[in-house]
Amino acid sequence: MRAMVYRGPYRVRVEEKDRPAIEHPNDAIVRVTRAAICGSDLHLYHGMMPDTRVGMTFGHEFVGVVDEVGPSVQNLKVGDRVMVPFNVFCGTCYFCARGLYSNCHNVNPNATAVGGIYGYSHTSGGYDGGQSEFVRVPFADVGPSLIPEWMDEDDAVLLTDALATGYFGAQLGDIVEGDVVVVFGAGPVGLYAAKSAWLMGAGRVIVIDHLDYRLAKAAEFAHAETYNFAEYDDIIVHLKKITEYLGADVTIDAVGAEADGNFLQHVTAAKLKLQGGSPVALNWAIDAVRKGGTVSVMGAYGPLFSAVKFGDAMNKGLTLRMNQCPVKRQWPRLFEHIKNGYLKPSDIVTHRIPLEHIAEGYHIFSAKLDGCIKPLIVPNAA
Amino acid sequence: MTYTPEKPKTAESSEALRARIPGWGADLDPADRPSVPRERFDPTFSGAWWEFPERQPEKWPRERSIEHKFLTPVFGTACPPKGVSGAIRKLAYRRYSEGRAAHWLLLMAADRVDAAGSTLRSFLTTRPDNPLTETGVLSEISHHGLASRRGENRADLRHQPLDPIIVAAPWVLAGGLAFALARRVVRRRRA
Repeated sequence: MRAMVYRGPYRVRVEEKDRPAIEHPNDAIVRVTRAAICGSDLHLYHGMMPDTRVGMTFGHEFVGVVDEVGPSVQNLKVGDRVMVPFNVFCGTCYFCARGLYSNCHNVNPNATAVGGIYGYSHTSGGYDGGQSEFVRVPFADVGPSLIPEWMDEDDAVLLTDALATGYFGAQLGDIVEGDVVVVFGAGPVGLYAAKSAWLMGAGRVIVIDHLDYRLAKAAEFAHAETYNFAEYDDIIVHLKKITEYLGADVTIDAVGAEADGNFLQHVTAAKLKLQGGSPVALNWAIDAVRKGGTVSVMGAYGPLFSAVKFGDAMNKGLTLRMNQCPVKRQWPRLFEHIKNGYLKPSDIVTHRIPLEHIAEGYHIFSAKLDGCIKPLIVPNAA
Repeated sequence: MTYTPEKPKTAESSEALRARIPGWGADLDPADRPSVPRERFDPTFSGAWWEFPERQPEKWPRERSIEHKFLTPVFGTACPPKGVSGAIRKLAYRRYSEGRAAHWLLLMAADRVDAAGSTLRSFLTTRPDNPLTETGVLSEISHHGLASRRGENRADLRHQPLDPIIVAAPWVLAGGLAFALARRVVRRRRA
């Protein structure tokens, strides 16, 4: 089969690989019909996540058709159209039993601090991902869901991570009616978080980024008030000014490890790998929220230490909330919102890239060329 | 205002927002959201019909965090550790917990050794690594590289020039070493 393969920092290519096999009785093999490149894939692509091995196939956002099932699978059959959450999870460990599917303890031998994630280094379990023609899906009775007949495939693939994560990020903000919400980052997760903040009754939603084309999308798609931080000497002072010097009630970091806005932070983290991530957006989230407010962190960071302004977080009495999104928990409500016309996930898709051109796809997304916001990957067999 | 008890008012009322934004307030009740409460005990909710899953066969000694009691019942098998990088990875897992910087720094070092070794080995195959195609840099021409940056107030333009250096440096270094080695061999033969 054809699959994207990591060759080293900033280098990927498509290779012929063995089709995955059933390795556990509850496995399924899924023929991928649509995948995506996630902003967090760029951390792998740039060599920031420890234990990212040459030969690995990335991709934790994908949907497809069941091609084979293991002997113990009861809930799926060959030919089913399925969407697969980015979390690999068992359903019954201490954490899964409490709905924390992203923290499953039975699927990642490499680390206890993170659950299993498709195509996200061996630190997240060593599972090949879905930027490929076929993928192994463990715990087929628990993870995947049938794609509803009425749902577009492009919408379904965005439900496997980006939309669910943005929606989850807004929930972690504990937004109440009339709250001022500031979202740092106008990438896919930030756009969905901003849109979701309105569903939860926000009174004002502000999005901060440095890419004008993404801010324009935030204004159009998420009805947000937008500011380009590169145009301000100090974006925090500006945010204080426009919130009557109170600060926001809720701030959301939707950027993560490669945040811009501070040259030293970015270079030490993203280029020199001396930090787990560049916490510029996180520090701004801490600075911009009011005392007693809530900071929700959806940005992904590596396991090494990062230079976070923890003193201010403590002195301001902040609530910091964060986790990888337990995707499947979000789906029933998100299905309703899509069906009701409140959300149209695929409105942010800008590029559809054939699997064979995935190296260009990574570069376009990484270098922010051509107005790229969300690239989908279309495998040959789709 | 901030210096007095009342919260500053937002410009639009809830009614105005409900009229303007489709779905405004659909999840208004904080108690009625999918991730509230954070922990909701229900072992059957996921659809799993086991209490502890059957174990996946371990086909080679699978590396694992020493913070785990045992090998998890299911695990990925993407890229078994091999060669020098594999030895470094095994050491990182065997010796250091996730709480130790050494664990992660060794894994990062192994990643670099893996990438360099794989590139060198690729020259012995019919498909050597090609930085031009693998970096996707040719999309700078096909996808408006210049226009995407010109006149834009983008913060990343300050550090993007470092990317080609990061990518090219190992190739230039390896090329220089190969040239120096070849020159020495030729000179010795002539002498």
